[in-house]
Amino acid sequence: MRNTPTASTRLINFLGSMNLAISLLVVLAIASIIGTILKQNQPYTDYQIKFGPFWFDLFKSMGLYDVYAAAWFLAILVVLVISIATCVGRNTPGILRELRHFRENVQEKSLRAMKHQLSLSSPMDNTAAQAMTQRILHAQGFKTRQKVADDHVVIAGMKGRANHWGYWLTHLGMIVILFGGGILDNSSLAIRIGEWQGTLKPETRNLPAADVPAISQLPPDNATYRGSVDIPEGNHANIIFLPVRDGYLVQHLPFDVEVKDFRVEHYSTGMPKSFESDLVIHDKALPKPLEATISVNHPLVYNGVAIYQANFGDGGSKINLRLHPFNSQFAVQDVEGNIFRDYKLSSSTQNYTLELKDFRLFNINDMEEPDGKVKKRNIGPSITFKLRDATGQAMEYQNYMNPVNIKGQNYLISGVRSSPADPFRYLHIPVDTKGGTGRFMRFLSDLQNTELVKKSALETTRTSMQQAQMQNADVENQVIESMVHLTSIFATKGSDGIMQEITTRFPEDKREAASEAFMKVLNASMRAVYQETLKQEGVTGEPNEADWMFFDDSLLAIDKISSYGSPWLIQMTSFKQIEASGLQITRSPGKSVVYLGSIMLAIGVFLLFYVSHRRIWVWIKPAGDKQSEIVLAGSSNRNQPEFELYFKHLQDTFTQTIGREVTHGNATGND
Amino acid sequence: MATQQEMIDSLIEQPGLFQRLGLTDWLWAGLILAATAFVFVQYGQVMDAYEIGILAMTAPGLVALGWFWKSFQPYALTVAVFSLFSAWLYSGSYANAESVFGLKFLLSSQSAIMWMSALFVMATVAYFGGLLANSDFTQKTATAITWAALIMGFTGLMVRWYESYLIDPEFGHIPVSNLYEVFILFCLMTGLLYLYYEQQYKNRSLGGFVLLVISAAVGFLLWYSFERNAAKILPLVPALKSYWMKIHVPANFVGYGAFALASMVSVAYLLRANGEKNNPQGFAATRLPPLEMLDDITYKAIALGFAFFTVATILGAMWAAEAWGGYWSWDPKETWALIVWLNYAAWLHLRLSKGWRGVPMAWWAIIGLFVTVFAFLGVNMFLSGLHSYGEL
Repeated sequence: MRNTPTASTRLINFLGSMNLAISLLVVLAIASIIGTILKQNQPYTDYQIKFGPFWFDLFKSMGLYDVYAAAWFLAILVVLVISIATCVGRNTPGILRELRHFRENVQEKSLRAMKHQLSLSSPMDNTAAQAMTQRILHAQGFKTRQKVADDHVVIAGMKGRANHWGYWLTHLGMIVILFGGGILDNSSLAIRIGEWQGTLKPETRNLPAADVPAISQLPPDNATYRGSVDIPEGNHANIIFLPVRDGYLVQHLPFDVEVKDFRVEHYSTGMPKSFESDLVIHDKALPKPLEATISVNHPLVYNGVAIYQANFGDGGSKINLRLHPFNSQFAVQDVEGNIFRDYKLSSSTQNYTLELKDFRLFNINDMEEPDGKVKKRNIGPSITFKLRDATGQAMEYQNYMNPVNIKGQNYLISGVRSSPADPFRYLHIPVDTKGGTGRFMRFLSDLQNTELVKKSALETTRTSMQQAQMQNADVENQVIESMVHLTSIFATKGSDGIMQEITTRFPEDKREAASEAFMKVLNASMRAVYQETLKQEGVTGEPNEADWMFFDDSLLAIDKISSYGSPWLIQMTSFKQIEASGLQITRSPGKSVVYLGSIMLAIGVFLLFYVSHRRIWVWIKPAGDKQSEIVLAGSSNRNQPEFELYFKHLQDTFTQTIGREVTHGNATGND
Repeated sequence: MATQQEMIDSLIEQPGLFQRLGLTDWLWAGLILAATAFVFVQYGQVMDAYEIGILAMTAPGLVALGWFWKSFQPYALTVAVFSLFSAWLYSGSYANAESVFGLKFLLSSQSAIMWMSALFVMATVAYFGGLLANSDFTQKTATAITWAALIMGFTGLMVRWYESYLIDPEFGHIPVSNLYEVFILFCLMTGLLYLYYEQQYKNRSLGGFVLLVISAAVGFLLWYSFERNAAKILPLVPALKSYWMKIHVPANFVGYGAFALASMVSVAYLLRANGEKNNPQGFAATRLPPLEMLDDITYKAIALGFAFFTVATILGAMWAAEAWGGYWSWDPKETWALIVWLNYAAWLHLRLSKGWRGVPMAWWAIIGLFVTVFAFLGVNMFLSGLHSYGEL
């Protein structure tokens, strides 16, 4: 029978083998690493950029973007379950035998061959020795079985049988966990089956939920799912989105969730302290809607569906914007809008689309304090938007609503970038004494007003020539002309425009001198215009230091406008924040199964390591004159060093009770 | 005959648990219960049901630990006295950390942790010195220094806990919430486990090896606090505001500490095995403990670590189910916890079922430490995910 194992026996031997089990543990560990190194479930375009077309396709076919749902990964788990099950099946009969059998039919010879054994002679007769043995073993917590043979008696004892329960609990616990987590709660498995059958197809387009075709929708009675939805305050939803590879499915809920309010609380440092949502569950089965507040770590479980506070975002805040055109030909314009909406703008040389992307109430940034230390400070609300021109090119902007104090000066700050990968470049518009952009915009418009520039150029030139006691109409006209010309270049193209002018008009060796002269002329002209601007504002007397600081800041800002990309400074004037609560909604019927398996596993592990199955045999043989010959032997399936100590202790007890008179005379005889 | 009978009875009858306890054991239990009752009366109204549950479980846990390992009693008492003294020195004002002498130089959490760091390094040197010089006295001194380091470290954590409430009652939390705090916990767990085995096996020659890994952790801790200002007490992010943190993190660090201990004992095993082969009369083959003992300690530490790591991972999954909407998300930290678990599961199977011993298993235990360190540190450094509380 043993010589020719059948194919099925060989298969079972293979599946239940320790080598396979250990290999599987290691293979599973290595396979798991992949998903931690390669970021999972990212947009496919990110992978495409990262790996290039060849590797992208290869990795995609291997399922590496969602490793833990890949067929081959599930296959490893299935083989692992089969291996554990086979192992348990194969070992169970043996363990049952271990548990039941006291092995009282043991041979004297095999006892004497055991590692832990002791022979001693006792002055007690057979019955007394038996009674004493029973007493000792019971006191030690052993269960015993006695066998009476013709010429001897065997008392077999064992304890610590729970160790074997440890084996069952750990291994069955693993199967229970893998069943609960891998089958009952495996939403991707059900989706995969649906895809194979052709009844499901993840949607990859960015559509409103109502437009998603039926083949990408799942009914409310779906057994398990885990998805998310953002619900603006005051709104409700009865669907969630399940991410599937590079697309998603729409999962219908068996009820309707309303978000009444969403709150963020902050610590004194500005760090968020809590995220909370007041929810209302509308369900026909309920006599009245169920109200509950959830927060991070405190979900709501309703009818087996758990609702978690996962994140938050803007829910379409109402925003009022004022567009200040940098070009004075156009008028100021007000726009009223909502986040996530697009608006057509036309009050410019070109048409643009304004795409409102995000609103933030708090911006906690690292700011340099006047004393030079960097501290976190809340600089107030901001809006993020894109401006898309007629060709489809877009720039992204982040504008702060309130002026920000930097080293004692106040500025309106606007960040701009052409790609999300770049950092924002910032435009700092100085804010006038009234806290607005009035003076800056007036100055800019005055710089673009040729008549005004000419007039102030004339005045300032005359004054300075009179001071210098010069009279030369040609020079005067030349100076005025170049003042007007340079000012108009600077007001539209910034210092880059001036540099260009110099490069085209002068040979290389004269450029430095020319630029110095140009800057002098330009500066004089703009100072004159600025004084005019102040006059218009109603400022009387000579400009003070603060006014000149404002002038310097204005020039820095105007210099950057040409590369700013927007024809307007877009200022948020007021807002009504509407937040959206990001909910994660899950149904996992396998959770309690997994917990049961986990408890089995935890108890089992402790039983396996900290309980050992110990056996003791005492062989008692009458030796004439009411004396006995005794053999004591023992074994343990765990923790041999400890058992060795324990057996020594037991040996002493036996020697001093049953064999005491012998040991008196022959104390070292048995060592 | 009656006396003989009595002698036999006393030999056979096993004294019950309570009979084996001495007066100090009962005093210990009384003290713990009194302290627990005090805490409950004083703070019960601000604790939620779970926290009261944890408190109720902590009391018998501490009593049992003190009964099981007698040295734990004076240790815990000293830590308690130091911590209370520190709280008294603070007298309700965090600013005292800079002005009161006893706090500034000894018992503010930062000073205590600096003392712990210095003492651990000193103990490492003393253990190795004692081993090289074969000096029993030096090794005993090393043990004493290690106890001192553990006292200062644990006091530092307790005081830090108190300080977090002093800064702002809203900030208050158990100091196991970021990488800085858990590194201290790691040093303490590893050190305590080592001292337990040192007593059990009556052998001090492994101290240097185990304290080497603690000293490495101390080095990281110092770099982290000086370079990154990591010692600053910050409030908890909402995701960490949960009673689960109080049990999940310490359970994990029993595991990490035990795995670290096992790997360092395995280093000693390799040295001894190599010494026995190449130079039987040499230093490694004569001064280091016998191979069987090293093998036994390694197995016991890995078994203990595995048991606690299993429990910690299950607790983590239960917490995740409450915080992230699923008990398992294949988050990098979770996945690496699984990898660590699978690694030691394989090790234990080989040892228990196939009876593997010796050099390969020692190497495996050492590699296990690297896997563990990656799970505990590397994931935070190189991989992002839900579990990114201790960023570098």
